[in-house]
Amino acid sequence: MLTLTHFLVLAAILFAISVLGIFLNRKNVIVLLMAIELMLLAVNFNFIAFSHYLSDTAGQIFVFFILTVAAAESAIGLAILVVLFRNLQTINVEDLGSLKG
Amino acid sequence: MDMKSLYLLIALAPLAGSLIAGLFGWAIGRRASHVVTILGVAVSAVLSLKVLSGFISGQTEVFNGSVYTWLTVGGHEYAVGFLVDKLTAMMMVVVSCVSLMVHIYTIGYMQEDPGYQRFFSYISLFTFSMLMLVMSNNFIQLFFGWEAVGLVSYLLIGFWFKRPTATFANLKAFLVNRVGDFGFLLGIGLVLAHFGGSLNYNDVFAAAPALANKTIQIFPGVEWSLMTVTCILLFVGAMGKSAQFPLHVWLPDSMEGPTPISALIHAATMVTAGLFMVSRMSPLFEMSDTALNFVMISGTITALFMGFLGIVQNDIKKVVAYSTLSQLGYMTVALGASAYSAAMFHVMTHAFFKALLFLGAGSVIMGMHHDQDMRNMGGLRKYMPITWITSLIGSLALIGTPFFSGFYSKDSIIEAVAASHLPFAGVAYWALIIGVFVTAFYSFRMYFLVFHGKERWMENHGAHHGHDDDHDDEEPSTDHHHGLGPNDKPHESPWVVTLPLLALAIPSVLIGFFAIEPLLFGDFFKGAITIDALKHPGMHELAEEFHGPVAMAVHALSTLPFWLALSGVVVAWFFYLKAPQIPAAIKQQFSAVHKVLENKYYLDDLYFNLFAKGARALGTLFWKVGDMLLIDGLMVNGTAKLVGVFSRLTRKLQTGFIYSYATTMIIGVLGLMTLWFAGIILR
Amino acid sequence: MSFPTVVFYVLSAILIFAGLRVITAKNPVHAALYLVLAFFTSAGHWLLLESEFLAISLVLVYVGAVMVLFLFVVMMLDINFEKLREGFWKNAPLAGTVGLIMVGEMVLILMSPEASLGSYKGAAPLAADASNIRELGRLIYTTYLWPFELAAVVLLVGMVAAIALTMRKRKDTKFVNPGDQVVVRRDDRVRLVKMAAVKRSEPVAEAESADQQA
Repeated sequence: MLTLTHFLVLAAILFAISVLGIFLNRKNVIVLLMAIELMLLAVNFNFIAFSHYLSDTAGQIFVFFILTVAAAESAIGLAILVVLFRNLQTINVEDLGSLKG
Repeated sequence: MDMKSLYLLIALAPLAGSLIAGLFGWAIGRRASHVVTILGVAVSAVLSLKVLSGFISGQTEVFNGSVYTWLTVGGHEYAVGFLVDKLTAMMMVVVSCVSLMVHIYTIGYMQEDPGYQRFFSYISLFTFSMLMLVMSNNFIQLFFGWEAVGLVSYLLIGFWFKRPTATFANLKAFLVNRVGDFGFLLGIGLVLAHFGGSLNYNDVFAAAPALANKTIQIFPGVEWSLMTVTCILLFVGAMGKSAQFPLHVWLPDSMEGPTPISALIHAATMVTAGLFMVSRMSPLFEMSDTALNFVMISGTITALFMGFLGIVQNDIKKVVAYSTLSQLGYMTVALGASAYSAAMFHVMTHAFFKALLFLGAGSVIMGMHHDQDMRNMGGLRKYMPITWITSLIGSLALIGTPFFSGFYSKDSIIEAVAASHLPFAGVAYWALIIGVFVTAFYSFRMYFLVFHGKERWMENHGAHHGHDDDHDDEEPSTDHHHGLGPNDKPHESPWVVTLPLLALAIPSVLIGFFAIEPLLFGDFFKGAITIDALKHPGMHELAEEFHGPVAMAVHALSTLPFWLALSGVVVAWFFYLKAPQIPAAIKQQFSAVHKVLENKYYLDDLYFNLFAKGARALGTLFWKVGDMLLIDGLMVNGTAKLVGVFSRLTRKLQTGFIYSYATTMIIGVLGLMTLWFAGIILR
Repeated sequence: MSFPTVVFYVLSAILIFAGLRVITAKNPVHAALYLVLAFFTSAGHWLLLESEFLAISLVLVYVGAVMVLFLFVVMMLDINFEKLREGFWKNAPLAGTVGLIMVGEMVLILMSPEASLGSYKGAAPLAADASNIRELGRLIYTTYLWPFELAAVVLLVGMVAAIALTMRKRKDTKFVNPGDQVVVRRDDRVRLVKMAAVKRSEPVAEAESADQQA
């Protein structure tokens, strides 16, 4: 019998993996963006799981919106990345320190 | 014309003259300037005389009413208003008449001065201010007049503002008066706070009897009688204005101003403002013996010790100045002895004969071509007969020769003090008695040095330009020839100078004789001056012994003051005409005493070193520590620096690398989670 | 163990593996492809949770659009990915610790009696003809109409921003500005110069003098 806990723990693990990914790929912006997508996926998991077990479709609506925003975010993020590369010939996070205080 | 418009005209006529001469003097010229100001003051003088005669004949009623609501603050109305009773009428006459004489005199005295119009504008302004002061029916207007006369005094002492000594003197006068005015203002504040919230004289006096035993706490735990504190604070104001010890130091220096000013402001009128004020406040002062004693002590010290200083002065104006101080002391003592009428009587007589003496001294100075050192004079009787005779009259009046005006007022004061029951009155009495001798001595020392003896301006001429005098200030303007040349002779002054001398000489002789009975023992001041007859019966005792002015004069011939005065004259004659080596010998013998006197008891040095330098040091302290260090350094720059330091620290957090921010965020999430987790576990 | 449970565990294993590969793959192209796999498996999970529409749109939108975008970018940019992997394992201990603590705590929170997740038994299975899409559509176009419109605006803004950011003019393009052409005046282009007539100097004499010097 599948319970809510199963899905939530799975989401938690997925979330931790993406955190791990942010730590490991700290130089590579593309993978960072991918890790963020993964993180959003974990969040969406929670919404859908709760929506199912509470019989409330509102959770799915939220996932719908999160998907929308995530799509917009990655589009803009990648656009920034392209512009960045065009101007600096790098996407290495270590080289992107112009905002250093 | 109703009385209100009449009084308004009296006050405003000199103001109009002053404004015309001051603002348009450059356009209308010298002649028109003095004509318009003299006209204004003459209108005041004539109308004042009319008012006074109205009072004497009983036709005029006491006027008390406001003319104009000046300002309304927090429910308090401050109005410009007039209270004209006999006391006021007398002061108005004294002020306007002396002022008129001085105006006329000034035509001659200031003839060659470039600031001619300015001078006339100032003295007319002064007349206006002084009239506003004496005619006021409330404290605010009194204070306005008080400050206005102080301002004009400041302007006139520094009239020759190119002289450093004059600017120093006017600054000194201003600052010392600030001390007094501060006390005065505090006193007015107490009146406003405790006397029913009104500043009208009548309201305050009506409220006063109920407050006779009220006490206030200024410092917690110390109960002070409200009436005493109020009166003493008000008197501190009078101390500044009327140059009483220890705030007298500005008056001798004020002689830096032109002589007509010394006569008008620093002898006849302004310095009596304080005495007038105390008389006006007599219903309050009567309730506090402590305050009266305080007044008497201050007056006694001034009367005696300032007289001593008059002996050692060589500057003719300084002698008259110290004589003024001493006489003001006499008046103050009379106030302390509850003999307000005697004090006002002396104010009046003194105004005439002291103005006469000053104007005489000014005439002498003109005759000597603006040389003020008495050691260069002598034998002027021949050359300046009118000045000589009027000065003699003034001196005789001053020392209290029977039948002269000064005699009646001064003897009344001495008698009043003798009859006073205040604890300090005994000391005061003897100080005044000694003061009579001192007065006679320095007055006739001056008289003999100036008008008799050898004609020293010739022999001293060589030393003249190198001036051994330490007050090197006889120069009204730089282009002015000063001192007599080797072949010059002193000359009598023009009629505009001698006319006021003659005009002032008449009241100096006569006014005492005619005025003593109504003024002192009649009910002239009834309603204007209040005396608590039970507590201070001095004046009533005097009235019982009084049998007419002639009897008083005759009786005086057998009393101590007369003989002391006479001996003073004789000693002066002997010292300065018969045996001029004696003063020098005495000076040699008692050089220490002489030095103390010459340095004015070192009070100037004390004030200068203690208060002036102390204030400067305090100011420097506040400047350096309060302003530069605390406000500029710590608050203003410190804030900026703090922001800088804080920013320098926090910018380390701003690495500019995304992974730093991401790490921080994750650590934050972790911390939050742990917190929640710990909350669950611990529950 | 029922069939859904088996499916759940299998999919979960694939999902975790794919997630780990996403963050550890050397080549970003591989990482992107593993992310696609993760999305696919997630879609499977969501089907288990009876949200068919979202499962389909996850595949369509994410796999079809977003991930393709990622792959485009990765392949278009000339990046030395080796260099970006330098010090890759340096933070591993810290990252592992943080990750483990996070998972541990989350699991403990979820398992704790306080959370009482066991009380959510889940609704009865829906009827076979129940339409998830109809249900979602009803909500979106009634209750959530306003957020829906906003989401549309967000997408529009995202699109405009992406285009505005990446669009550029080529440096070597040649073109004329019609506005400039219209406003041009004769004085800007032609200058009339008046010159005084000058007599020709005599080249013969010059030549002679040159000869002499030589």
